[in-house]
Formats: sequence, structure tokens, C-alpha cells
Amino acid sequence: MAQESIVADKPAIKITTEVKPQDPASAETRSADIVIRDVNLSYGDNHVLHDITMDIEDRRVTAFIGPSGCGKSTLLRCLNRMNDLIDDVRISGIIRVKGQDINAAETDVIEVRRRIGMVFQKSNPFPKSIFENVVYGLRIAGVNDKTVLEEACERSLKGAALWDEVKDRLQESGLGLSGGQMQRLCIARAIAVEPEIILMDEPCSALDPIATLKVEELIYSLKDKFTIVIVTHNLQQAARVSDRTAFFWLGRLVEYGPTPDMFTKPKDKLTEDYITGRFG
Amino acid sequence: MSLRKSIQRGDHLIWFTGSALGACLLMIAGLIAVILFNGLGFFWPSPLVKVTLKDGAVFLGEQVNREPIPNPGHPDHLEKHRIQLKVGNRDLLGFDFKWIDEADITATERPGGVFVVERREYGPLLGTPEVVKQGDRVLYQGADAIRQALPLLLAQASRDRAAVNRIEKDEIGAINYRIEKGRLRSKKIDFRAQKEPGRDLTAERAEVERVTAEAQKEYQAKQDELARIMETAASTSVTFRTADGAEKELRALDIYRAYPANELGWFQRLRIYLGRLWTFVADDPRESNTEGGIFPAIFGTVMMVFIMSLIVVPLGVLAALYLREYAKQGPLVRIVRIAVNNLAGVPSIVFGVFGLGFFVYFMGGSIDRIFFPEALPTPTYGTGGILWASLTLALLTVPVVIVASEEALAAVPRSMREASLAMGATKFQTILRVVLPAAAPGILTGLILAMARGAGEVAPLMLTGVVKLAPDLPVDGFFPFFHLDRKFMHLGFHIYDVGFQSPNVEAAKPMVYTTTILLLMVVVALNFAAIVVRNRLRRRYQTSAF
Repeated sequence: MAQESIVADKPAIKITTEVKPQDPASAETRSADIVIRDVNLSYGDNHVLHDITMDIEDRRVTAFIGPSGCGKSTLLRCLNRMNDLIDDVRISGIIRVKGQDINAAETDVIEVRRRIGMVFQKSNPFPKSIFENVVYGLRIAGVNDKTVLEEACERSLKGAALWDEVKDRLQESGLGLSGGQMQRLCIARAIAVEPEIILMDEPCSALDPIATLKVEELIYSLKDKFTIVIVTHNLQQAARVSDRTAFFWLGRLVEYGPTPDMFTKPKDKLTEDYITGRFG
Repeated sequence: MSLRKSIQRGDHLIWFTGSALGACLLMIAGLIAVILFNGLGFFWPSPLVKVTLKDGAVFLGEQVNREPIPNPGHPDHLEKHRIQLKVGNRDLLGFDFKWIDEADITATERPGGVFVVERREYGPLLGTPEVVKQGDRVLYQGADAIRQALPLLLAQASRDRAAVNRIEKDEIGAINYRIEKGRLRSKKIDFRAQKEPGRDLTAERAEVERVTAEAQKEYQAKQDELARIMETAASTSVTFRTADGAEKELRALDIYRAYPANELGWFQRLRIYLGRLWTFVADDPRESNTEGGIFPAIFGTVMMVFIMSLIVVPLGVLAALYLREYAKQGPLVRIVRIAVNNLAGVPSIVFGVFGLGFFVYFMGGSIDRIFFPEALPTPTYGTGGILWASLTLALLTVPVVIVASEEALAAVPRSMREASLAMGATKFQTILRVVLPAAAPGILTGLILAMARGAGEVAPLMLTGVVKLAPDLPVDGFFPFFHLDRKFMHLGFHIYDVGFQSPNVEAAKPMVYTTTILLLMVVVALNFAAIVVRNRLRRRYQTSAF
């Protein structure tokens, strides 16, 4: 199996838990890319999300944190209507992506999902070659021009910092890569169709620290072009990669604000208890 | 170590399970050993013995059996023995196997110069060659001269047979095909004349008549050519003298193989053995299937399994896709699933009766009435054929494919589907591009099980298209090349036929074993091919280790 030798060769890897120095622009408020208003969601009798209202800003990394079962993944999956796949789910409230109400009857769910890419907790490449994995989104959109596909493949793999590792074996199975490489392949697959927003559902929870670092660097570099929403269990990770953080507890949004503020001077007692490790 | 502790640990269970597995393996190994021993020994050219009896009768033959004579109540019960000789010469003796009490034998010897002759009719001839003649002219006389000339003679006979066969089967066959087509066309014209009475069809009639007359002329020419070849080829004859002094003149053309059974080295025997084995695999049957080969049966079996696979895989996979991916899971789907599982347990003869009633009579009959009315009352599709047999078997095996495909589809991880859907793929695209390729190895497992079951079925085939003898293969050089309406031969049915329906039981017995070996080999080969494909797919879609 392929190893991430390129990473391993680097002598000094500092995995930092400090908050990254924010670029000056992060302090200012940007226009809202995703508007969430009074969203309630229940699976059968189980009321999972309570009156969530928040704005997610354009080309920023927003982290959802909170203990297991707090509804952060569920909210994430509302944003590209992945909850449609589950029977017996009821959603109320409004979710607007770039002004479009994605739950409206006339909205094409396929179109929504093409605009919003998603990366999952467990990397899930298709049982196809690396090349076919990356261009999958283009293929299903009907693009079959070879030069277009090859360009998109190279651009996406470079964007996902995977190109140098796989450029000589694009025709090999995507399942033959290492865990970290597979996750980056999934990110490449998501950005190949040039979405506006990328949702990441605990993208590093199955990865070792070195692979995690690579993915985090990648997230950091992607935020110039994409709005990124990341669900994570790892508070340090939220601190490292995100501009804004939302803390959820028992299906409610407890606190939401700029990441440095959240981690240095949380307003809510619950948030403070959680990030200082008193529960969770 | 106390017994109590050993029982607590479950040591006895290991012994039980181990011996159960051992018993299974032993039975299978025993079965295969019996079949191989009985089947493969048959082709070995054994030496001939000549026995003289007390009453002066003389028999020359191959000893095929020896057993104690049952005589209940007497002291010599199972004490004395008798032997069975394969004496051949059925046309002269009226039998070709003879039981002889050892007590009656006065002398046993292995005579030199005796030949085993495999010929077109009446089974083998055993005797000494005396003279080779062409017409009335003597070519060779005496055992040594003939022995040296024989290989050339047989090679010539083989060439002549091939030439005759080519003219009879291919060339005259093609002409007959044209004449038959002309007959059907003229009948079609008759139908049209009835339907449209005012229409002038004389030109078309004249055309058909012209073509038919041309074909008739060619037919006559070919017949003449055949007669010329036969005249020279059939004039060479070999006269043999049998052990009891009778004389038999054989046309060289009718001799397939002849060898001096008592003057062969080990290597020559091996050559004859392999030659007979090849004949068995590659030739058409002779003498109501007790001699010659079984190539049409091998071909029929393989082709039937292929057609069945072509039908059963799409049908089963589509049904499984609906059940697993589209149908709303609930009591109805559960009932359907149970019904499908039970369908796999329905006795195969039931499917045979259904195939006869539905496919042959209803569907085939309808096709005949609509597309081939000119050939009626001779049925084209309205009688058993390889298509109907394959369809019946597809129906029989489709539950296996559905169950295996459903399991394979269910095993495709949810995360993979979600990935595809999150990319904006429709459900159909997801199934086509992600789910089906990932499930392909499991679906192929279903196909392997279906083929194993389908290749071994006999009962439903007997009702839907298998016959005792069908030298015309379902594939040939005449348009449209695949004749799925033809009846066919099948190894499984062949076993039953030679074993239990043969007029010459003793001669047919070894054929049962040899055919069984071939059937097993065909099934194993088909499965092996499918397994190779499956493993290749698996390697392509392997998951990384973690």
C-alpha cells in the first residue's frame, strides 16, 4: 500500500494547538453565504434540532463543535439536503444558499448538491480509478471531453495537494491509496465540479495526526475560493482551521462567533465548560 | 488433563466437526475416484484372450469382468468364478458380451496377429486380417503384409470419409437448405395469392421455380460426384477371419481404427488410448450413442448454459435492483422475497412442465402462427428447442441470481452511495456508475451458483428440447448462424440415455462413466471461468486494508 512518504520525510512537524494568527480581514463581517432561520428537524418523534438561526459567511471556514448527538452533523446534512435520504424526517424553517431557498418545492435537489460539495467522515472513494474518482462529478453532469476531464483532474488533485503523490498512477484504483490520501482524493472529487460551498463532516476523525495536518493545511488553503463548513470533534482542529465557530448542545445553538473569541473568552458557561474539557 | 476439562473446553466438538467434514470429503473423493476409474479405463486398449471351452467353442475377446457365481444353497455358492468377455462381432454372433464359467474353459491363450477393428456399424470386430482387395484384385495377402499396409489404408479411408462427409453434409446440405427455402417461398406465395386474389404473382413464382430448378441441378451434380468418390473409395475391402472361423469382409471406408491388440508396446497403447479419448470428445456419436464421441452433447451443454446466463443475469439483476433499491421496504417486499426464495426450492420438473406449456406450446406456437405459417404443420419454434430449454433453466435459476444480487447490492456501503448522491448524481446514475460495479463480484457469485445448478439439470430439459441424437449443432454456417429453434444434445441427458435407454446395455455402461466425467469437467470449467472473471473484478475494486 502506498505510504505518505512525502510527509514522513519532512523532519520537523509541529502540530500546534495554538490559534492560528487570523488574517486581518477575518475580523470584519462578510456577507452571509448561507442563511439559516428557525430550523427545526425531527426524526420521527425525536426532535433533533431546535430553532437554529445563524448566518454562515462567504469564503470563511465555519466550524461546528459540540458533544456527540448535539445535532451538528444533522444540521450540516440539511445544507445539501442529504437528510432527504432518510425516511420519516421533518424539517421546518428556512435555509437559503446564496439567496436560494433549498427546501422550496421548485428547487432541484440535484442542482443544490452540485453547488455544495461534501466530504464525509469516513473517506469513501468509488471503486474506480483515481482519475475516474476525481472526474465523477463532471461525468455525471455529462462532460465527456477528454481534455476537459484531464485538466479538471489535474487542477483538482493539485488543489487537494495530492497531485504529486498520484500523478503517475491515475489509472490505479482509488481504493489502493492510504487513508489520508483517500480523504484528500474525496476533497479533490468535491472541488472538481467547482462548488461554491464545501461541507466537511469530521473529515479527519479517521486519520492519523500527520494526515490530519495535511488535510488541515488543505482546508486553510481552500478557503480563498470556497465557503467551508466543517464539523469536528477535535477542538484544537476547530481552533486551528476555522474563522468562526458554532457550539451546539442538545440540538441547540449555544454560541456562535469568531473563533479566537470563542476559545479565549466564551460568553456562555456551557461553552466554557466544553472547551475547557469539563464535559463532552 | 482431565476428561472433564477437555469436555468443558469442547475438544469433543472439534472431533465431531472434523469427522463430519472428513466424511463429506471422503464421499466426494470416493465418487470422483469411482467415476474416474470406470470411465478412463474404458479407452485403454487391453490385450485379447482366446478361450476354448469343453464343448469345443472358441471365443476371442477382451476380458472386462470377473465375478463369483452366486448359487444359493449349494456348497459352491460364490466359490467358482466366471469371466465376461467383450467378444464384439455382433453382426456375426448376435451378442457382443459373453459370460463364461471358468470351469468350462479348457485352454486360454493370447494369440498373435489378432486385431480389434472399430467400424461404423455393429460395434468392434475382433479377428485376423486375411486379404485386402480392390474390387476383385488382391492388394495384400497375409498378416504381416496387411499389418504394414494398414496405417496407409486407414489414413486413406479417413480422408475419403472426410470428403464424403463434406459433400453430404456441407455441400448437399447447403443445396437442400436452398430447396427447402424455395418450397417455403412458393407456399408463402400461395398464401398471398389467397389473400390478394387480383394480384399477379407469376413473375415471383417463375423466379422461385428457376432457383429451385437450379438447386436441383446442382444437387444432381453433387450426387454424381459423391457416387464417383464412393465407387473408388468403397471398392477397397479387408477380409477378416474371426476366432470361430467365420469370414467377414469390411469396406475400408467403414473402418475407423484397427490395432493388433496383443502386439502393442506401452507407448503404442498410450497413443491409441489418447486417440480414442480424442475421438470421444470431438466426434459425433454412432451406434445409438454407444460408440463414437459426444461432441454435440458437450457443445449443446455449454451453449445452453451460455444462453441461460445471458438471460438470467439481466433478469435477476434487474429484479434484485427493484427489490433492493426502489421498492419501499415493507411486508409486501418481504413476502415477495420469501416467494423468490421458495421458488428456488420448486422441483425442476415443475419448471419443465411450465416451460413445455408456456414457452413451447404457447410462445413457440404463437411465433409459428405469426412468422412461420408457411412451414406449418411442421413446427419451427412450436417444439422443444435450445432457446426454450435455456429459458426454462433461466427461470429455474433466477431466484439464485436474485438472492445473490440482492445481497451484493446490500453490501455496497451506504457511504459510497452518499458520496455519489452528494456529488449531485441522480439515484439512477448512482446505481449505474457506483452500486452495480461495486456489486458485480457478488452478482457473479450468483451466476456461478446458477450455472452450477443449470448445467446439471436434466428433467426440465427432457420436456423442452433435449433429444437423444442431434448431430446438427445449433450453430452453423447457414444464415442466421444461430439456430435457437433446434433441438440439442446434453451431457446430463446423455448419461440417462446411454445408461438406461440403450439397446446395448453392456456396451453403453462405460459411456455412462466417461460422459459423467465430461459433464463434471464442463461444469468445473464453466465455474472456473466465472471465478476468474470475478477475481479480476474483485482485484479492480478491492478495498484498501485498514
